[in-house]
Amino acid sequence: MIKNYATKRELMKKKKKKLSLEDKIIAIISYIVYTFFAFVCIYPFYYIFINSLSANDLSERGKVLIWIKGFHLKNYTDVIKIPGLLDALKISVARTALGTLLTVVASAFLGFMFTQNTLWKRKLWYRFVVATMYFNAGIIPWFITMRNLNLTNNFWGYIFPTIVVPFYIVLCKTFVESIPSELQQAAEIDGAGTLLLFFKIILPIIQPILATVAIFAAVNQWNSFQDTLLLVTDNKLYTLQFILYQYINQASSLKALINSTSSAADLAASLATAQTATSIRMTVTVVVVAPIFLVYPFFQRFFIKGIMIGAVKG
Amino acid sequence: MNFLKNKKKLRSYREFLYILPFLIIVAIFSYYPLYGWVYAFFDYKPPFPLTMDKFVGIKWFKSMVDTPTKVTQLLNVLRNTFAISGLSTLFSWFPMAFAIFLNEITSKRYRKFVQTVTTLPNFISWVLVYSIAYSVLSSTGAVNSVLMGLGLADTPRMFLQSSEHIWFKMWVWLTWKNAGWAAIMYIAAISGIDEEMNEAARIDGASKIQIIWHITLPSLLPTYFVLLMLNLANFLSNGMEQFYVFQNAFNKEYIQVLDLYVYNLAMGGGGYSLSVAISILKSLVSVVLLVATNSLSKLVRGEGFI
Repeated sequence: MIKNYATKRELMKKKKKKLSLEDKIIAIISYIVYTFFAFVCIYPFYYIFINSLSANDLSERGKVLIWIKGFHLKNYTDVIKIPGLLDALKISVARTALGTLLTVVASAFLGFMFTQNTLWKRKLWYRFVVATMYFNAGIIPWFITMRNLNLTNNFWGYIFPTIVVPFYIVLCKTFVESIPSELQQAAEIDGAGTLLLFFKIILPIIQPILATVAIFAAVNQWNSFQDTLLLVTDNKLYTLQFILYQYINQASSLKALINSTSSAADLAASLATAQTATSIRMTVTVVVVAPIFLVYPFFQRFFIKGIMIGAVKG
Repeated sequence: MNFLKNKKKLRSYREFLYILPFLIIVAIFSYYPLYGWVYAFFDYKPPFPLTMDKFVGIKWFKSMVDTPTKVTQLLNVLRNTFAISGLSTLFSWFPMAFAIFLNEITSKRYRKFVQTVTTLPNFISWVLVYSIAYSVLSSTGAVNSVLMGLGLADTPRMFLQSSEHIWFKMWVWLTWKNAGWAAIMYIAAISGIDEEMNEAARIDGASKIQIIWHITLPSLLPTYFVLLMLNLANFLSNGMEQFYVFQNAFNKEYIQVLDLYVYNLAMGGGGYSLSVAISILKSLVSVVLLVATNSLSKLVRGEGFI
């Protein structure tokens, strides 16, 4: 009996040893492959960043690959001089701030209201809202609608269509449903009406999910490009994303414009700081991507929470 | 008693009034545009309002196929749509594989690092992706610098200004942007697998590959199946943003997918009515696909995803 046990253990040990070699190979390959993936995802950002700080004649020829060469900040001070860039920055910030605020309030409120059994025809209205996740009239009918409503070339055209997003409402509703109903009953016995209940009791409790919704909404607002493309021809309402797209295609004419504001002597003195198509493109890219980079590490867990709750519901 | 009942009723109407403004927003921006489908049956020239004498019946639907050039163009667009959606369906297992092997990285911190870094591109816009692609792949970009520095190329390769392998390139950029994010769901599912099951398998002498094959993979398949069905339901909808920013004179013939075609037709050529007609057909096919995949899902899993 004892002998038998011993052989079994030995057998297991043997197997384990054999296993660990295989494990090691898989682990090593995984490390190599994932290091490659990580590199591919992060290096392009790094490349653009170091180039935006390097001597422009070097970056124009693709000589800056590993570290900054000929450090200078003139690209950033020059880029601000591009007509329209500061306006676009203001528009982007404004739509992100206002759009996010309204979306969060609407999602929280509707998410809460759709849990209230007292609401007249609650199920019908909930379906009415959620059904819009599954169909889409198409961009042209949408565009014609927006034009009929006078929302083309109008700042509110960025805001109104994004206020009610079914997915966020579902997220909030799920969260409110997880709150013990005793809490609401207690508040109602104390005489709190629907609105008081929402603002005093529910809103403070559901803050974690609101953070998730806020960050999704903010990123979507900041990244939005298609609505500008469809709705806006007035260059005062262009967003950063939109002018970045224009700069990519027109960088060479911009370069001439900016360099013409510096004196000829300046230009001759330093090729390193004269603007090139590449330097303008890269510097603006850094400006547009920076907010995402600054926000992302702190909010990553909220993003993940959002997709997980969505997955459970969906 | 009656008083109480009335009070309750009043409350439920009052609550309805609170949400009414939001319902109106939904009606205006999601339901009302459906009315715009009538433009497909009229000879619509903006900015003039619709009048009955412009009614043309199904002229625009017929006109899609009335000349050989139009047929060729439509077929081209469909070919591109099918090719690009087909590629992403074919490789839809990639995020799952990504999650499975990421789990084999033993250092928790490194795993976290890889996850963070590969998820990041999901949060930048297609315009930024294009800007990055342009910077890295242009004739003086990083890739060409390295290729020429190593002597692997004599002249700069034109990655963006060509139609070569364009469908595959679009898939690569889509994957670059989305794979890390799409993997999150699988990563969570993996961490939900009962550790005892793995332990038991290990004691029985199962190798890593066997554990992946017999435990990890089967527990991820339901999630994969749902996402695959959603993918198929959206087969005709690639979105237009990615293809809009990447399109140029060199690749236009191969990059124009249905969504982009609808946009280009209307905003480029003023063919509003024809464009709406095409998007109606697209919507109808999409609904059929959605219903079909949903019932397939019901058949296989016992429940749908709608």
